Amino acid sequence: MSNALPPDLIRLVVSLAVVVGFAFANAAVLVLVERKVCGHIQRRPGPFEVGPHGLLQTAIDGLKLMGKQILVPDNADTKLFRLAPILSFVPPIAALIVVPFAKVLQVRDLDIGVLFILSLAAVNVLAILVAGWSSANKYSLFGAIRAVAQNVAYEIPLLLSLLVVVMWVGSFRMSDIVAAQDGFWFVFTPMGFVAFLIYFVTGLAETNRAPFDLPEAESELTAGFHTEYAGMGFGLFFLGEYTNMLLMAAIATTCFLGGWNGPWFLAVSGTGVVATLIQLCWFLVKVYGIILVMVWIRWTFPRVRFDQLLNFCWKVLIPISMANLVATAVVAKLVPLG
Amino acid sequence: MIRYFQEIFSGLWSLLVGMRLTARMAVAPTITTHYPFDTLEITPNFRGHIDLVINPKTARDKCIVCMMCQRACPSGCISLKGEKPEGAKKKVLTEYHLDFTKCSLCGNCVETCPVNALEYSRDYQLAGFSRHEFHFDLVDRFRQRAREQGLDPKVGDLTPPPPKPPKPAATETAPDASGSTDG
Amino acid sequence: MIPRPDPSQETLVLNMGPQHPSTHGVLRVVLRLDGEYVLEAHPVIGYGHRMHELMGEVRTSSGFYANVGRMDYGGALSFGHGHVLAVEKLAGIEVPPRAEYIRVITTEMNRIASHLLWFGAFLLDLGAFTPILYSFDDREFILDLLEHVTGARLTFSYHRIGGVARDLDDKFIEGTRVFLRRMRERLDVYDKLVTGNVIFRKRAEGVGVIDKDTVLKYGATGPVARGSGLAYDIRRVEPYSVYPDLEFEIPTATEGDSFARYRVRLAEIEQCLRIVEQALDRLPDGPVQAKVPKKVKLGPGDAYQAVEAARGELDYYLVGDGSDVPYRMKIRPPSFSNLSLLGEVCQGVLLSDLVTIMGSLDLVIPEIDR
Repeated sequence: MSNALPPDLIRLVVSLAVVVGFAFANAAVLVLVERKVCGHIQRRPGPFEVGPHGLLQTAIDGLKLMGKQILVPDNADTKLFRLAPILSFVPPIAALIVVPFAKVLQVRDLDIGVLFILSLAAVNVLAILVAGWSSANKYSLFGAIRAVAQNVAYEIPLLLSLLVVVMWVGSFRMSDIVAAQDGFWFVFTPMGFVAFLIYFVTGLAETNRAPFDLPEAESELTAGFHTEYAGMGFGLFFLGEYTNMLLMAAIATTCFLGGWNGPWFLAVSGTGVVATLIQLCWFLVKVYGIILVMVWIRWTFPRVRFDQLLNFCWKVLIPISMANLVATAVVAKLVPLG
Repeated sequence: MIRYFQEIFSGLWSLLVGMRLTARMAVAPTITTHYPFDTLEITPNFRGHIDLVINPKTARDKCIVCMMCQRACPSGCISLKGEKPEGAKKKVLTEYHLDFTKCSLCGNCVETCPVNALEYSRDYQLAGFSRHEFHFDLVDRFRQRAREQGLDPKVGDLTPPPPKPPKPAATETAPDASGSTDG
Repeated sequence: MIPRPDPSQETLVLNMGPQHPSTHGVLRVVLRLDGEYVLEAHPVIGYGHRMHELMGEVRTSSGFYANVGRMDYGGALSFGHGHVLAVEKLAGIEVPPRAEYIRVITTEMNRIASHLLWFGAFLLDLGAFTPILYSFDDREFILDLLEHVTGARLTFSYHRIGGVARDLDDKFIEGTRVFLRRMRERLDVYDKLVTGNVIFRKRAEGVGVIDKDTVLKYGATGPVARGSGLAYDIRRVEPYSVYPDLEFEIPTATEGDSFARYRVRLAEIEQCLRIVEQALDRLPDGPVQAKVPKKVKLGPGDAYQAVEAARGELDYYLVGDGSDVPYRMKIRPPSFSNLSLLGEVCQGVLLSDLVTIMGSLDLVIPEIDR
């Protein structure tokens, strides 16, 4: 056995494959969960016929999307039009490599973990802009314009709320943030709770989920930025949306809900196989709990209006998160952690 | 300043009220029917397209070919023909065509029929691949339905009860239904 | 004038419809936009024109009756009620009281169904997907009851000249009483899910304010007029049928915005429940069909009948020349006038508000196009 391949490279490739696979599986599960939850909220069973209780519905839908012709409108900018779905899908997957799923289940523990994720998540808006612009459709263009204004505005409170945690821990590294919450989750502190709420709302807006789904606003812009996309182009946007949701929920879990830590009495901090599995379970339970709430919200509320959305951001979220940050700074100075 | 926070909290509260409601709905039983597998009981009063009434005793239709239904139809979708066998008193229905593509299910034909020879079908699963599938031949349908009921259909049978063998009869043709449009 | 692209201005012409999720059918609205602000809104109608009025002039009254339900798929019975009343007026036919009560009961149930349909569609326009399924749950209840008595679910074709097609049976009456109780409870669900919701309030309050003058100028009626403080309801101002015997209120609101129209319609559902309850209690015995000659001779002369449809004032004007086919038939549908004020109200609003306003007007396009 030659030593031509460094073990670290093998580990990286394997983990990347696992992460990509996880992203796809996550999207498949979430589409089904979304439709099932939607169905039950609306007093109907949701998809039911394909497989037992409709469990294979997503697989069939994926096949259908892949089988469809990829159409490019006449006046569209073909290269950009093709690029946009990839732009929307790749960055959230790349960002998943710094997410600590368990103590040892982390592809790369970058010392700028939080910043890395946020910078990649910000590419999402570029994807929507490119998609809307290149489609040569007025509705798509409106969707793109809305997305840019919305995402740029909401990135500010998003960062400010995460900064609360970073300031407390004193590190951008994901593993440090999780370690700091051993038995003491940030969401249970007043500042942490406010920051979590703000993060959750901005997370909804960043992932363009209802009630902030203005870029695709079906009743106003038909389908917004992805009006002209068919087949797998649309499918990739879908994948991107669900991976983004996963990412947002993963950051929330890591930064506010103690990451892979269980509650006090059930905390397992080992690095063995069993401990890792338990930690992974805790992490996934929290992540999917948050996603479930996001789905629940989507099927309950009407959509906000564009100016109200921005007003809410500039007049409510940013001042409160600023005040929260200052309060955290004061408290952190008085009560140093660790 | 107090108003500012009041607005935020009352807004948040109204959202939570809505979420509690949808959560309760989510755990409540579903109210839909799994359609192709379960179907709802259809009301006996359902007004489908028309069918000829089967007389279970004689396995015949009741039609006397008076053309009232054809005249009453506002869309002109009914056309029928009858023949008078030699020696018989009444005409016998030989053809009854319903152009269901034009029918607006108003029920005028059923109500105008003097001998109640028409009834509403309760067939609602009407889907087809071509509009020609909706040009119903009600005499044909009559035969099928009568056979399903275990009867030997005698519709359009020109041998009436009297023992005399019939001779070729003069055909009376109904004028073609004039085409008129319907929204 | 339909807005056209104008390169000298920094504006955008957006052609909304005839295929668009929130134009509810085949309405086309041509918009001139400055960013997301609507500078001009020009509704273009006629995509669903089917010559219903002309058909009324070539068919006998009973033959034409099946058409009227096709004009307003939401509230077909109100349209039928107006038509038979006009014909009976012109032909001088007396309707038995039981038939008239049955007409009122079914029409009011249909009005509730229509408002429930509007409720769901309006919330769908605002981006809430769930309320339509809750309201359709209740609407199904009504449609099942009406199907049981009329034989159809949307285009009922239930009225006959001089009466109704089928008498009410116990199953319908009991089912309706169950529905009355159930609907009062369900209104609470709507309040919790929608009326109190802060996002909905922000979207609907102060949006699309229509003042009294605009309402009068364009002849808007129904909940649109009542939402602007005009207590104009044909059931009160030109009483017909048995409405004078029944006690009910005309709900109004003074703000004239989309939320006012929303409240008026929900309050109307409650009033409809009251009317149905009273009418069921007072339902007289007797025949449901008057003796009517085979050929209903119209006139010579003319007849005008106004009824309150779910969306507003519906008028039939018939001119008869002594034959059984009217010489002239004119229908004044409510949505046409309600739509005409869109252009004036939508100046300077956001694109999202345009959708809200259109939704709050409760437009049924086939009724406009006829």
